[in-house]
Amino acid sequence: MAKIEVNNVFKVFGSNPKKVFPLIEKGLSKEEILEKTGNTIGVNDVSFKVNQGEMFVVMGLSGSGKSTLIRCLNRLIEPTKGDVLIDGENVATADKEKLREIRRKKMAMVFQNFALFPHRTVASNVEYGLEIQGVEPDKRKNKAYEALDLVGLKGYEESMPDELSGGMQQRVGLARALANDPDILLMDEAFSALDPLIRKEMQDELLDLQDKMHKTIVFITHDLDEALKLGDRIVIMKDGAVVQIGTAEEILTEPADEYVREFVQDVDRSKVVTAESIMRKPDALISSKDGPRMAVRKMKEEELSSVYVTDRHRKLKGVVRIEDTMELISDGKKSLDEIIIEDVPTTSPDTPIIDLLPKAKDSEYPIAVVDENEKLLGIIVRASIILGIVGEEE
Amino acid sequence: MEPLFVFHIGPAFDTFVNWLKDNFEPFFDAIKTILDTGITGIESALMFIPGIVLIILFALLAWKVASKGVAIFTFLGLLLINGMELWPETMETLALVITSALIALILGIPLGILASRNKTFDRIMRPVLDFMQTMPAFVYLIPAVLFFSLGKVPGAVATIIFSMPPVVRLTNLAIRQVPTDVVEAAKSFGSTSNQMLFKVELPIALPTILAGINQTIMLALSMVVISAMIGSGGLGRMVLKGIQEYRIGLGFEGGVAVVILAMVLDRITQALGDTSN
Repeated sequence: MAKIEVNNVFKVFGSNPKKVFPLIEKGLSKEEILEKTGNTIGVNDVSFKVNQGEMFVVMGLSGSGKSTLIRCLNRLIEPTKGDVLIDGENVATADKEKLREIRRKKMAMVFQNFALFPHRTVASNVEYGLEIQGVEPDKRKNKAYEALDLVGLKGYEESMPDELSGGMQQRVGLARALANDPDILLMDEAFSALDPLIRKEMQDELLDLQDKMHKTIVFITHDLDEALKLGDRIVIMKDGAVVQIGTAEEILTEPADEYVREFVQDVDRSKVVTAESIMRKPDALISSKDGPRMAVRKMKEEELSSVYVTDRHRKLKGVVRIEDTMELISDGKKSLDEIIIEDVPTTSPDTPIIDLLPKAKDSEYPIAVVDENEKLLGIIVRASIILGIVGEEE
Repeated sequence: MEPLFVFHIGPAFDTFVNWLKDNFEPFFDAIKTILDTGITGIESALMFIPGIVLIILFALLAWKVASKGVAIFTFLGLLLINGMELWPETMETLALVITSALIALILGIPLGILASRNKTFDRIMRPVLDFMQTMPAFVYLIPAVLFFSLGKVPGAVATIIFSMPPVVRLTNLAIRQVPTDVVEAAKSFGSTSNQMLFKVELPIALPTILAGINQTIMLALSMVVISAMIGSGGLGRMVLKGIQEYRIGLGFEGGVAVVILAMVLDRITQALGDTSN
């Protein structure tokens, strides 16, 4: 079961939202509906699923409805129509008590402009969620201190929020959300108000924290780079509707339409496209049980000067060069083992291209892509790295 | 110029007031008793403490919440009042101000909170507050006398009505001005509406509410002086006496005492707002 399931959610702002639905069915545009009824469609028929432990990024420009959408998840904004299921429970139809319970236990939110309580100390900001649940003062203070330690704010517990820098304030915001130990974090443009260096630092830290915590995170951003960096999956929104849902690579390599294509054209692909998607099948590949003659034949066939050698289970052993192989034949030896060069560049399939560049530069052999069991998955020649960066298929 | 048509609303109001008087006599009597007790209680307490002790207490309070300067001003100012032999009158006025302002605040702050939460109530409140605030102060005195006869009680009633609007308005405004995302944050953690009000909205709104309280106290003082016309006594009576008997000096002394009292009350209550900010 998905952790969060959003089914056909609509949010219509205006005096008579019900009037809008027949018009949407007729296929009228957002502008036409606004003109005819005076109602604005904030979120238009959005559906998606978020899995447990996933970092799900909602990306869109301002006015795309992304902030409205995230508020429909905890009903800071009431969805006009549709279901929001958290662990199979419908938030959209929950009564007051139930909704309060869900907000207290299941999810916590981090806000763009931090939204800290200015009259409370850092620690008592972080305690707030527990305080209103009636948790005892000692216990909630401990939890608050722990959460602050986790986000690197040890020593600032008794400061006031306005004594802290923006980045630190947002750490308080994050700690406040974490103190409740919710399953789900809703992060509404959480890093957008920070300057670029701090923002990058916070992104890295969020990724580190996520490695430890495995929360389900819905992260809103208008920044594509941020979306690509953070998102396990990304949904791109435009005019309140979903344009595309997919992994960063899917969005870069197979944009759903012209809008997404234009959006992603300036992206630094080398940080996103991974070894796996540019590697090719190692056609020139021999098993170590094959002899030198087999190896030479293979290299001649493929017009190569070296070839990768694996064992019977395709586990990488190394590379042999044509000149060494010829020598082996003239010496009359049968086993390749003594000429295998084991010091070859390897990489994991999920390494971004940018990290392959140094390896490609220093090595005369193609880079071998291997999985965690050293099994050879493919090889990457320099040309494919370049093609991968400019975004062209071979 | 001949009027286009003649239409007086005064007689209707007369009838209304008389109807109230005839039908709600016990109600007005109850209010009268409560106010009377409050005023006399505070008055006798203030009179019981020797003037000089009270002056020092006020100065210390000013020092604590405001500054040394305000403390010195308070001390000298009140000493001057004492020297002009206006101390009992000043305490009478102060007792009336304290009672009226307290009641205005007890009624006004909840009304302001209600108005901030409920649009319809806010819309109804607005013209009522306009009416209360802009109707010339003297006009309140007439029905007040009708219901409560002459003395301190009608003075207090007129004062309560006249001085309540600022605290209602500013409480309303202050709560509405609490940043949306802070309110959203409190909501997103699952606050009940009471938790929202007492843990988030009121504390953040407090400086502005205190500004409203300050305004209410100031208006209460000005009305209490006017209500001397219906026999509420105090410093207003000195001013009135000065006018009626053409004793300029007496009127001036009464006026100066009012100003000193006003400034002391203002500085102290304003400092309360600043420190909470």
